[in-house]
Amino acid sequence: MEYEAVIGLETHVQLNTKSKMWCGCANAYGAAPNTQVCPVCLGLPGVLPVPNEEALRKTILTGYLLNCEIPRFAKFDRKNYFYPDAPKNYQLTQYDKPSTANGFVEFEFQGGLSRVRITRAHLEEDVGKSFHFDRNSGVDFNRAGVPLMEIVSEPDITSADMAYEYLNALKDILLYGGVSDCDMEKGMVRCDVNVSVRPVGSTGLGAKIEIKNMNSFSGVRRALEYEIPRQIEVVKKGGKLIQSTRRWDDTTGITEEMRTKEHAHDYRYFPEPDMMPLAPTEEWLADVRKLVVELPLARKQRFIREYALPAADAETFKNDVALGNYFEPLAKQSANPKALANWVINNLRAKLTETNEREKTEQAELGIEPADLQLTTLADLKFPPAALLELVALVEAKTISSAAAQQVFAEMYATGQAPAAIVQEKGLAQVSDTGAIEKLCDEAIAASPGPVADYRAGKAAALNALKGYVMKLSKGKANPALAGDILERKLKA
Amino acid sequence: MAATDIDVKYVAHLARIGLTPDEEATMSARLAGILGYIEKLKELDVTGVEPTAHAVPMVNVLRPDVVCPSLPHEAALANAPAQANGLFLVPKIVE
Repeated sequence: MEYEAVIGLETHVQLNTKSKMWCGCANAYGAAPNTQVCPVCLGLPGVLPVPNEEALRKTILTGYLLNCEIPRFAKFDRKNYFYPDAPKNYQLTQYDKPSTANGFVEFEFQGGLSRVRITRAHLEEDVGKSFHFDRNSGVDFNRAGVPLMEIVSEPDITSADMAYEYLNALKDILLYGGVSDCDMEKGMVRCDVNVSVRPVGSTGLGAKIEIKNMNSFSGVRRALEYEIPRQIEVVKKGGKLIQSTRRWDDTTGITEEMRTKEHAHDYRYFPEPDMMPLAPTEEWLADVRKLVVELPLARKQRFIREYALPAADAETFKNDVALGNYFEPLAKQSANPKALANWVINNLRAKLTETNEREKTEQAELGIEPADLQLTTLADLKFPPAALLELVALVEAKTISSAAAQQVFAEMYATGQAPAAIVQEKGLAQVSDTGAIEKLCDEAIAASPGPVADYRAGKAAALNALKGYVMKLSKGKANPALAGDILERKLKA
Repeated sequence: MAATDIDVKYVAHLARIGLTPDEEATMSARLAGILGYIEKLKELDVTGVEPTAHAVPMVNVLRPDVVCPSLPHEAALANAPAQANGLFLVPKIVE
């Protein structure tokens, strides 16, 4: 019998607010332990937590970006459990009345479009961070009370690769919406994976096994690549899977059991008595809707459609938003957006990367911390965006050859000088004067008896050697197509 | 099990409260009293009454996203039973 996997993901995302969820402590990564704490986020008695409006706004915005319904009533509940990183002995979360529900994410997968339904995206709080020593653990509560959004998917995912693509699509959407910085290294996105297997064609769900607290998307993929065959193997051998929680060990590449359902938690949820319910008004929601941005997939599709770009170029502009934003206003004015895209991606981006690498090395040598690096961005370029348009037009009009255009670009990148001025100053204008090129062609033929003989013997490729010679004689200025035509005519005569 | 019976041992465990057998009996009776009161409330006809999450008729009490000073580090750790490297020390967490 063939088996298939059924996967649902719970993705936790830290929202990039300035302050924490219920108090004014800073929501910032990297401070000394327990320096961003107060009576509220330490769970001291007698405090009154008050929800951060911006965190709610970002949650609702996420709801809109994930095609969710926005219920007109939501509330916070206490989820009770004891753990040293949870200072109140409960977590504030949204249990049965979340702020968003019933949406979906659409993304490219295996050459088509896949859709994963979103059960809900609700608002809660992060817990402190634990450090483990020989005989104790130590807790830093700086992270306690940081606004955390939990995005729960329906079990619509069927493979490790699909889970990986879903997570990347989700992250792109969150970055586009500006709701989270999604820095994986800083633990801003964490994931719980629910996975079961069932015979292909059946609709029931097998015993759900949860893999907790994954902090990388590739980890999720690897864990599923291990866990799905493991479960299928158990079932095929006539074994029985029981609902349980497993831990992924990234070093050994296996999952291991943490606890079974017998030890499942009883969280005793109840409405948070210290907080008033949420009933967003039409006016407030309308303001949030103004923050809705074009989704990454829609942007990619639009770039393909409007500028006739190949999918790979559109993908580049989807992933590098700044580069796409640089390209788009120019593309609207360009006769050949595809050629423009080539310049932006292959030349401008490459050059900028090269500059940034050099800046990183130089500044590292000066002892500047990675976080304080001053790197050149698209906004700092010496030439105005329109100069690139001008350069592409010069190539299109065959005023300069593409080889000369490379020189012009290097110069305008370095000095900010206008392309036409560079062409003039360096004498790079392409020679399309037939008479002049004829002379060079004669010279080339006289100087290259070998290739001439080869060409006449039927080796068409030998023409390239002669063309190269002409280009060399002209210092790159001859119109190569014209040179080719003239050489061909002369050799065939 | 009647509606007013409650597993006091289990509830005490969930709340990490240690009770002697005598206390268990006392708590059991008290909680039964409370639950009995709830049973009485259930007799009320609430047809057409919207369920509420709060007794106070107020919604959307929010604060602006503004950073305020935190506690001085020493004050934050003042009540820690043990501390090291600025961290609250707790018994080793094993899972």
